[in-house]
Amino acid sequence: MNFELTKEQEMTRKMVRDFAENVIQPRAIDLDVKAEFPEDIFKEMGKLGLLGIPFPEEYGGVGGDTITYALAVEEIGRVCGGTGLSYAAAVSLGSSPIYYFGTEDQKQEYLVPLAKGEGLASFGLTEPNAGSDAGGTQTRAKLEGDEYVINGEKSWITNAGYARSITVTAVSGKREDGKNIISAFIVPADTPGLTINSNYDKMGVRASNTCEIILEDVRVPKENILGDPEKGFGQFLYTLDGGRISIAALAVGIAQASLDRALAYAKERKQFGKTISNFQAIQFKLADMAMEVELARNMVMKAAWLKDQGKPFTKESAYAKLFASETAFRSANQAIQIHGGYGYMREYEVERYLRDAKLLEIGEGTSEIQRLVIARQLGC
Amino acid sequence: MNIYVLLKRTFDTEEKIAINDGRIDEEGAEFIINPYDEYAVEEAINLRDEHGGEVTVVTIGEEESEKQLRTALAMGADKAVLINTEDDLEDGDQFTTVKILEAFFEGKEADIILAGNVAIDEASGQVGPRLAERLDIPYVTTITSISVDGETVQIERDVEGDVEKVETSLPLLVTCQQGLNEPRYPSLPGIMKAKKKPLEELELDDLDLDEGDVEAKTKTVDIFLPPEKEAGKVLEGEIDDQVKELVSLLRNEAKVL
Repeated sequence: MNFELTKEQEMTRKMVRDFAENVIQPRAIDLDVKAEFPEDIFKEMGKLGLLGIPFPEEYGGVGGDTITYALAVEEIGRVCGGTGLSYAAAVSLGSSPIYYFGTEDQKQEYLVPLAKGEGLASFGLTEPNAGSDAGGTQTRAKLEGDEYVINGEKSWITNAGYARSITVTAVSGKREDGKNIISAFIVPADTPGLTINSNYDKMGVRASNTCEIILEDVRVPKENILGDPEKGFGQFLYTLDGGRISIAALAVGIAQASLDRALAYAKERKQFGKTISNFQAIQFKLADMAMEVELARNMVMKAAWLKDQGKPFTKESAYAKLFASETAFRSANQAIQIHGGYGYMREYEVERYLRDAKLLEIGEGTSEIQRLVIARQLGC
Repeated sequence: MNIYVLLKRTFDTEEKIAINDGRIDEEGAEFIINPYDEYAVEEAINLRDEHGGEVTVVTIGEEESEKQLRTALAMGADKAVLINTEDDLEDGDQFTTVKILEAFFEGKEADIILAGNVAIDEASGQVGPRLAERLDIPYVTTITSISVDGETVQIERDVEGDVEKVETSLPLLVTCQQGLNEPRYPSLPGIMKAKKKPLEELELDDLDLDEGDVEAKTKTVDIFLPPEKEAGKVLEGEIDDQVKELVSLLRNEAKVL
């Protein structure tokens, strides 16, 4: 066992922390109030190589590992949940499926610019009537000559308003047993028939761009099918396993921020002639928060390590996502409680942590779905 | 151009500092590149990109200092040298540092040596100028701008808020002041490349020095934290009375008048 990070991992964490504190943190409240996607910050992140961490150099990436990527997500999430979510989604959902399942041509055309940070991509899976039950996908893709014609609707697609391509899932046929075959297609964002709206007014992660997508007779060349035409479903399950690690890392960032703020405040705030950090009622909260944050981070690191080793990580990434997102929610909630009335004010930021953390218990598989995934891994 | 940067690993003074038995408690302290040395690294990289050549970053320290050197390599420096005194030296001062660097620079033919204006820990600001004296080359401190044309160097330096323009020539040593540039973040590709860049480790022996040669000329008698800031006082009453009270407090209590 070795719990030490490599020098490169530590340097990355330090660099991302400095960048996050200097560049993102000063704008976090404003981005939340205005629900504004910080496109300029993503350009800078791209230049620093952050969007290419887990991809090899030959595809424009930096050849880092999942651990390094998770550390980066945590540090960005620590200052701004919305920016952190868009970052995690860009890499884990936008770029990763093309890296995992794309042909060489697809990687050159679609992955390279993403990994270099010259653009973003989105992953369109969820639909108005297909959430956790992705098998209920209603979007249809029909082969006509050399083109697939896609019709349907997608909901809550992160970054789509700024994406250069969107990977959408669609029913492309039926298996012999009557079940739907689901395939994934790379759709360039400027394809005619594709409408991207960003009309959602969200509770949290407001700096993240979230879109509704309508596909009306969208035609893509046949070769835009991603990976195995018959195995789209398995592909996106694998993609989501990886995505869970990044959502868990983001949750650790929010939980850590909650602890940092609560601890600093408790050491300053005086009541009854003492700082409130002298009271056991507050100490117990802080002790629980610190313990849970560390446990959550350890689980994230283990899941990332398993993925890097090429070992199965489905169960561990579900553990990480479930525990870390619930930890983030509890920690943010306790941070508000410790701040008292001030915590309810936007200026103190902990109320935003709670709103941001809530999404992490829902997005990329609800907590209930994580428990289902774990139970299935147990053989239930 | 043969460019050298003197770099110091120091604790982050923005973090809380604790003192134990007359020493700064390193347990739990965050260590960083001395911020003024970051300006030096950035300027060295810019000079190299403009004029060609190589940037070598030098530090005197311990095994742990490798992290700061790797960060400078990740920013874009080409080579790093760690003069590891961990096993040889208990304490040192500016004399020690200069003596070691003088030995290091023997026969190196440096065109320009960049250092920080001061280190934020002990803030002596001595190492740069004293090294230049020993190497018998010109030096300019607290620079905020530099341009090199052949052997001629145009420099602007910060003089207590004013600007002084200086013309000098290579070889040269400069110390860098805030305002010179905005140090870059080490990029991810930079971080990955840094692990393949050469990092040479030397000990006193390799520089033909022994402990006696570099023995400190000064002794640290005491280290203490500044007094804790006390709660402020809000004056009340008529303006005239407030002014009188303020003057009397400044004279009798604060003794600044």
